[in-house]
Amino acid sequence: MAKRERLSGNEAVAIALKQINPDVFPAFPITPSTEIPQYFASFVANGLVDTEFIPVESEHSSMSAAIGASAAGARALTATSSAGLAYMWEPLYLAASNRLPLVLAVVNRALSGPININCDHSDSMGARDSGFIQLYAENNQEAYDNMVQAFRISEHKDVQLPVMICQDGFITSHAVENITLLEDKEVKDFVGEYEPENYLLNPACPTAVGPYSVTDYYMEAKRAQAEAMKNAKDVILEVAKEFGDLSGRNYGFFESYHLEDAEYAVVMIGSAAGTTKDTIDQLRKQGVKAGLLKLRVFRPFPAEEIAEALKNVKAVAIMDRADSFSNQGGPLGAEVMSAMYRKHLQAEAINIVYGLGGRDVTVEDMGEVFAELARIAKTGEAGDTYRFMGVRG
Amino acid sequence: MAVDLNKLHLRAPWQDLTTGMMIHAGGTSVEFHTGEWTAVKPSIDQDKCKKCGRCHMVCPDSAIVVRVVDNARMEGPGCGKTALDRMYQVDTDHCKGCGICAYNCPFDAIEMEGM
Amino acid sequence: MSNCTEIRWHGRGGQGAKTAALLLADVMFQTGKYVQGFPEYGPERMGAPITAYNRISDDKVRVHSNIYEPEYVVVVDESLLETVDVTKGLKKDGAIVINTEKDKETLKKHLNGYEGDVYTIDAKKVSMKCLGKYFPNSPMLASIVKVTGLMDEQQFLNEMRASYAHKFASKPEVIEGNMKALEMAMKEVR
Repeated sequence: MAKRERLSGNEAVAIALKQINPDVFPAFPITPSTEIPQYFASFVANGLVDTEFIPVESEHSSMSAAIGASAAGARALTATSSAGLAYMWEPLYLAASNRLPLVLAVVNRALSGPININCDHSDSMGARDSGFIQLYAENNQEAYDNMVQAFRISEHKDVQLPVMICQDGFITSHAVENITLLEDKEVKDFVGEYEPENYLLNPACPTAVGPYSVTDYYMEAKRAQAEAMKNAKDVILEVAKEFGDLSGRNYGFFESYHLEDAEYAVVMIGSAAGTTKDTIDQLRKQGVKAGLLKLRVFRPFPAEEIAEALKNVKAVAIMDRADSFSNQGGPLGAEVMSAMYRKHLQAEAINIVYGLGGRDVTVEDMGEVFAELARIAKTGEAGDTYRFMGVRG
Repeated sequence: MAVDLNKLHLRAPWQDLTTGMMIHAGGTSVEFHTGEWTAVKPSIDQDKCKKCGRCHMVCPDSAIVVRVVDNARMEGPGCGKTALDRMYQVDTDHCKGCGICAYNCPFDAIEMEGM
Repeated sequence: MSNCTEIRWHGRGGQGAKTAALLLADVMFQTGKYVQGFPEYGPERMGAPITAYNRISDDKVRVHSNIYEPEYVVVVDESLLETVDVTKGLKKDGAIVINTEKDKETLKKHLNGYEGDVYTIDAKKVSMKCLGKYFPNSPMLASIVKVTGLMDEQQFLNEMRASYAHKFASKPEVIEGNMKALEMAMKEVR
């Protein structure tokens, strides 16, 4: 039986964790993800979970402790944002390359500077090449659902990679909204017991984790890691299918909203996609064929599937909530355009950087984007393909 | 699940390597001959050695090994009192030639020699 | 979005405007509505102007922007009328609820010619009388519920009693005072 509730995004992730009851949760607080370990610490204090909660002295340590716990054979996770994620940069790569399943709950916040506590994706987008699987959420419901699915993906024997689940700082993390929760037992049964094949605390098989790899072995190790990320695609869909059967909420690599017959499409990640859906509803009433591709899985990047979904559009705007200072656009823009090129798509494409440092995105803003796409489709001139939205000047 | 370490060699394709390059066996450092890394090795003068054991304790690579010998057959002062005694020797397969043992020997019984 | 009521709260850090917005989301949720309650975050400073928002809808709320054209505005701190354009974007057929001991005519000159309904409530008087301390958020919450007619008054009181019982589990002595403040505010707002 599903439970109707109203929770903030941070509460939703914390409740999912309570239902999962992980073995080890090392944490160091940083706005806006602080509430996740804060709520969870109260569950520990009240005896609602058996988790070993470790208050550490930095994010480098929280990720390192999660890695150590995972290597030992425990189900482990931590949470962070922004500078905290930057500070755990080095161990992020260790978790991935040592093939240690664990989960990192990221609440997206701009990286300094100028210093800012509000939402953009510069923190997790910066970590996009760390080898973590990345799942993004539009709202509290998706953050909860991604958290419930994350360990299953991470621990799958064909994957064994860490998973980052991301939601938008404050916009969803601190907004109270309706949500439907699974029963505790449903989550427990879905996630199951973690039974690693190899782990440090197994006396029957002494194991060394993270040995030095000389040049003769390093490249083979990375090739194997790439294969795991490739395998993750099937596993993400398998887990999503099973989750859909349980919850009635279906997930894939991305959500298509009125995309099937769309002439103008927006590709974006996160909470602003919800706002865009309202824009699309308005435009559809006026007969404008507008559509949305809201990406859930950024790593592994579903390039072929995205290109297939966009094959009939006339013009597309790829919206990045992070700039990569390449003088070309943001990370999503680069990858989606590359995917379109490989499939020989002919649609005009522009890349728009938006929403940095919490800059608001309205229904009307997205209406402007679709209007611009219509102009581009009509003239066949994309103009500047690297643009900014909502900036004074 | 133990892994046959013999499968981890320079001709092994990436598919055959362990997940995350983990090594699923104990004591594998014995098979790693770090002694190949040096051109100098300590030589212990057994006449000067008072068997204090300091070299054994300070060696960072556990490359000063203790051999148990039958003391009854040796000649000189103190011999024959205890039937078995210790003898300190260099494990040249694992000694990296750092010289810490020679530096620490209180009796100047250890010399570093070129190979 | 059809049937969506949008409310904007103006208060000062520490007065509980954010808490009031979250409580409103909470009680409206109990009536079966889709809700959203969220603050506009910046560096947290006691006394600095803050804004919080509510969306209350019959349909799932998907939009995640701030609210620029609300149906209702609640002003938790009267002094904000001097510095913040509280009626900005406020719809003419909506209303503004202000915490003040002044009368409406005196206030109107601060409202940039706003033509819609103006309601006042002396939340300080209500709070001091019922709680012995100045916590404006309960009286302001009751006032906006009364003004909007978003839910039945008795149902509101019942839900709030349950909510306070949960929130003040460790200090139940404040529950009655808060309940009295809600009831009194509902009578006094005009």
